[in-house]
Amino acid sequence: MRILLSLAVIVIAAVGIGVWIVRGPGPLDFSGGSKVAVADYRAGKPTGVPAALEKASLVERGEYLAKAADCMVCHTKPGEKEFAGGLAFKLPFGTLYSTNITPDKETGIGNYSDQDFLNAVQRGKRHDGAMLYPAMPYPSYTYMTDEDVLAVKAYLFSLPPVRAPAPENTLAFPFNQRWAMLFWSAVFNPDTRFAPDTSKSPEWNRGAYLAEALAHCGECHTPRNLGFALDNRKKFAGAVTAGWRAFNISSDKATGLGNWSDDALVSYLATGHALGHGSASGPMGEAVDQSLSQLAPEDIRALAVYLRSVPPQPSPDLPATTAPAAPASHKDGVTPDARGKMVFEGACVSCHGWSGESLVSPMATLTGAWSVNDPAATNVAQIVISGTKRYTPDGALSMPAFGNAYSDDEIAAVANYVTARFGAKGSKLTAKDVAELRQQTAQ
Amino acid sequence: MLTTEKLRQENSADGVSRRALLTGGLATGFLLAFHLPLRAASYAVNEPVQPADVTAGKFAPNAFIRIDETGNTTLIMPQVEMGQGTYTSISMILAEELDADWTKVALLHAPPNDKLYGNPTFGLQVTGNSNSIRAWWKPLRTAGASARAMLVQAAAAEWQVDPASCTTSRGEVTHAASGRKLGYGALALAAQGQTPPKDVPLKDPKDFVYIGQPLKRLDTPEKVNGKAVYGIDALLPDMKFATVAACPVFGGKVAKVDDTAAQKVPGVRKIVVLDDTVAVIGDHMWAAKKGLAALKIEWDEGPNARIGSKEIWQHLRAASEKDGAVAKSVGDIAKGLATGDKFEASFEMPFLAHASMEPINATIHVKPDSCEVWTGTQIASRVQSEAAKAAGLPVEKVIVNNHLLGGGFGRKLEPDMVVAAVKIAKQVDYPVKVVWTREEDIQHDVYRPVYRDTVTATLVDGKVAAWKYKVAGSAVLARWLPPAFQKGIDIDAVDAAVDAPYDIPNFHVEYVRAEPPAVPTGFWRGVGPNNNVFAVECAMDELARKAGKDPVEFRRAMLANKPRALAVLNTAAEKANWGQPLPPRVGRGVCLQPSFETFIATVVEAEIDELGEVAVRRVVSVVDTGIAVNPDTVKAQIEGGLIFGLTAALYGEITIDKGRVQQSNFHDYRMLRIDQTPKIEVHVVKSGEPPGGIGEAGVNAGPPALRNAILAATGVALRRMPIDRSLIAMGKKA
Amino acid sequence: MATTLTINGEQKSFDAPPEMPLLWVLRDILGMTGTKFGCGIAQCGACTVHIDGKAVRSCVLPVSAVRDRAVTTIEAVGNSPAGAKVQKAWLDLEVIQCGYCQSGQIMAAAALLAATPNPDDSDIDAAMAGNICRCGTYVRIREAIKQAASGRQS
Repeated sequence: MRILLSLAVIVIAAVGIGVWIVRGPGPLDFSGGSKVAVADYRAGKPTGVPAALEKASLVERGEYLAKAADCMVCHTKPGEKEFAGGLAFKLPFGTLYSTNITPDKETGIGNYSDQDFLNAVQRGKRHDGAMLYPAMPYPSYTYMTDEDVLAVKAYLFSLPPVRAPAPENTLAFPFNQRWAMLFWSAVFNPDTRFAPDTSKSPEWNRGAYLAEALAHCGECHTPRNLGFALDNRKKFAGAVTAGWRAFNISSDKATGLGNWSDDALVSYLATGHALGHGSASGPMGEAVDQSLSQLAPEDIRALAVYLRSVPPQPSPDLPATTAPAAPASHKDGVTPDARGKMVFEGACVSCHGWSGESLVSPMATLTGAWSVNDPAATNVAQIVISGTKRYTPDGALSMPAFGNAYSDDEIAAVANYVTARFGAKGSKLTAKDVAELRQQTAQ
Repeated sequence: MLTTEKLRQENSADGVSRRALLTGGLATGFLLAFHLPLRAASYAVNEPVQPADVTAGKFAPNAFIRIDETGNTTLIMPQVEMGQGTYTSISMILAEELDADWTKVALLHAPPNDKLYGNPTFGLQVTGNSNSIRAWWKPLRTAGASARAMLVQAAAAEWQVDPASCTTSRGEVTHAASGRKLGYGALALAAQGQTPPKDVPLKDPKDFVYIGQPLKRLDTPEKVNGKAVYGIDALLPDMKFATVAACPVFGGKVAKVDDTAAQKVPGVRKIVVLDDTVAVIGDHMWAAKKGLAALKIEWDEGPNARIGSKEIWQHLRAASEKDGAVAKSVGDIAKGLATGDKFEASFEMPFLAHASMEPINATIHVKPDSCEVWTGTQIASRVQSEAAKAAGLPVEKVIVNNHLLGGGFGRKLEPDMVVAAVKIAKQVDYPVKVVWTREEDIQHDVYRPVYRDTVTATLVDGKVAAWKYKVAGSAVLARWLPPAFQKGIDIDAVDAAVDAPYDIPNFHVEYVRAEPPAVPTGFWRGVGPNNNVFAVECAMDELARKAGKDPVEFRRAMLANKPRALAVLNTAAEKANWGQPLPPRVGRGVCLQPSFETFIATVVEAEIDELGEVAVRRVVSVVDTGIAVNPDTVKAQIEGGLIFGLTAALYGEITIDKGRVQQSNFHDYRMLRIDQTPKIEVHVVKSGEPPGGIGEAGVNAGPPALRNAILAATGVALRRMPIDRSLIAMGKKA
Repeated sequence: MATTLTINGEQKSFDAPPEMPLLWVLRDILGMTGTKFGCGIAQCGACTVHIDGKAVRSCVLPVSAVRDRAVTTIEAVGNSPAGAKVQKAWLDLEVIQCGYCQSGQIMAAAALLAATPNPDDSDIDAAMAGNICRCGTYVRIREAIKQAASGRQS
């Protein structure tokens, strides 16, 4: 009996140590300074809305915070009503659909009390007690203050209710067992609020709150561990999420933001483009359009300050530097993949040029972008398939989606041609790889 | 105007055919209207605004010829120029019999007037069906010859000699005996007083000086320097610019429009909401486009929102199982099919958009008592009457200024863009140019119909003994020219099936009308023969395989009674090195066609890589179109037509989801590009037969010849267009 | 906001929003209709003009991005030796059918010849594949470029 008990203790300890190892550090553990509760932080106000909105109504403040938290992108199906849900998330083990967060009583969140809403956003717990899948980034939102969460609720409840039942998820066993998320959540959701670091500047703390609690940058840019939770040992080292590569945004000089100028970083966050660094597309493009571009300039600067402080993480699969501009003549440079070159000269060169430096707009310049320097060519292939649209103060610039009329083979060939011509190391995508990428982003 | 009686007689003879339509002539109402000056204003090629046709002080013997006192010869074009070279060929025919001075020829677009300029085949002012030259060959030669005779009469009167002793050449009348000469300019006024001769003789083709020569086109010099004016280029004082969004679901309506944001866009002047379309008028297209993007439009999508490609194909396949109306029957098909080695296959053709490079457009100025239209149309008179209806004005109050067309391909056989533009322009008092974006152009086309052609045949002794051919598809003609739709047969849809050149003892063609749900259909370059030539020639190749014969050899054996077809086939095989060895996965395919009274044999050589990507390496076409009025134009039309057809075979398909077209622009509705273009060799056969049609014929040839090349290279018999690469990747078998 | 551009050697001033594509400035404000609208997304080349001698799609080029660079359109391309040679070859070989895309084709070909006086087939592909011709005049376009380059007469 005693032996059994000892065994049980050992097993529990082993599981505990295992869990501790898998879970790793929290998102802000790297900062090292002493943390205090928001209420006890006197140097500044890292939470809430920017100064200009301090006096605004609860709903207006909530709107700003909802934008900063980028709720709409996931909770809106393209072409359908905003916040009415229904967007599909294709996962390796099935499809999840985002939910209706309009105040419709039957199909939305109209019946949520304040506590219900806090439970959902901070703890991943639904109104009916069921657990949410962490496609809803509650392990990040958990850092939001109650006040900010409830401001978002006030904003959502100010919207017209839309009747739109969410489609049934199609997850395979065992992932369709929602109750299992209880254990996941117990291990991976810290269920704690943001705690400012007194050793850092108020600006840094504001940036940390924006990045971790609201913008949930890590959900795409931090690799995941065995338990599909963020592995903050590799914080912001980059990862592939939903078929797109979120690049390294640690302060690594080679592959991260270490060598970006402040202006470039601010410009990229605020407009989705920085000279010499390419343009945001895919999920980052959406994040810029719906969220970051709407933030106050001081918040963008705070984000930049915070991002710069994240310790460098290497991206060993990326080249040490991005490639310079390609030669002006189609004949110079890489040995062409004949099919890739054919697609490029017909459909791409008019905007991107043979050198990669666009004659039309700096936004279409390929030179310097990580996407064309990624030997996996993930984002190049994705952008060819699904296109992109960038909004600027001077109007929109878009690239059409070629996926419907170009074959997997042609897309692989042009991605390989583009990475070889404009990147440091060419990719070797196959038609099959492209077919898989299509699967991951298909709606 | 249409003599349905006449048509019925033709039908009862040996079935219906396009040729019956042509030779019988639907339009007995056509007259060469001598001495009838043009009444409506007419405007010259390349000049948006020209003075009205003034005949005073000119020799104006008919609706087509004007010669002023300096000898300048203006020819009025009853058919429109959309790239096919008609303006030059028509001018050559007129100039030939007129013996005009080619260097003094200028052209005018005809104004809308069915009486003067109605296409003799249709009795309407229509450019289509590759019949400009076929239909006008005789009437225009007569017009030219008659005018020439009047000039000769004037000269002979002046010189007091027998007209028969005078000759003409290059704009001059000569009396050889006395050595006297008078230019047409000097004779213009006197000739105007002459009586046109009856039964004027036409030239012997051996005396042709222009016809048969590769004369330079008259429309191209202004197309190299930006001076050519297309409909979309119309510019008027105080004009504004508009662009439109129509309900994305066919048949849907506008439910609600919130224009708060659009009204704030700088340069936006007015938002016009029609039944099924919303338009934004602005200071320029950019303002209009931005305004349109800023509108929040809710659509009432209607019942078609449930329709997708799947439903459309189910509907067509079910229809194609039914018995059809018999278009032609020779021998005993039931008996014929009862014996021999049986073959059955169905061939499916997708919806296609026209995608002419000039997006559809119309410029309209509606005033209280008139409406003026600037556009490029294949149907000037119909545009006039439809514009009148839309404007609520009598037809004579509508002026149509026709222009060069930046491609027509059948899209501009429809008046819809003019009707919509009139409805928009009615809302304002200034002229409005309405330009459809490429996306709206592709998503609101009238599409080449889906067709399903089923061939049931038997082989006896290595030859086709029985051939039952059934077309199921839309009857475009029934909508577009109802009197021509007789006995349930769309003579366009079965055209090249009825005219198949092969000697088959039991030969039977049927037609099942099947209108696709939701999707409007229309004529598309190559028209009905596209589906017929494809299915006939694909089936012939499969039958040849079944018989263990070479595809060319197999066809030859059935062409004893069609010497012109046999000759082009033999020449094409020779020029294309038919039978000589090729590397693996490279194949040659042949296509023989009788369409538009032109015989063409085409050999395509293509390579198919391991993933099923197709590279067309070489195309050889041999063309017998009878007398080639301008042989260089014939070549150019075949070259271009082949590319048009190959584009469709490789990429062309409009698909429908939730009642909407899924394609929108050239990134997802692809066109063949120069780096994919094969070597193309076109050989024009010398012939004394009357001219055949050429503008559409080349389109028919590409898909079947390419498909047969793929069959030869891979052993896979594709039965659907466009080419499905996954079916011909390495390791795939039929 | 008044903008001044140098177009075909002349200074042209006009009011246009900065993001307005050059195409619409040319066509709808300046009345220079030789440059054509085909797709609006740089997929067909009908709108090609020269910016400092390089072929650029004016349908996606914001007018503000032109700055002080020289714009040449089809109306004046014949003033350059390469442009004149291309126009002549186009007529000599009867390249043109409907002609709507040909402004763009000629602009692309003239830019090619100015930069590469003796283009081979791959140069022609690289310079011309972005220009769609729905009439299918590609075979003659290739021949005409070669003829213009060689200076040979038909």
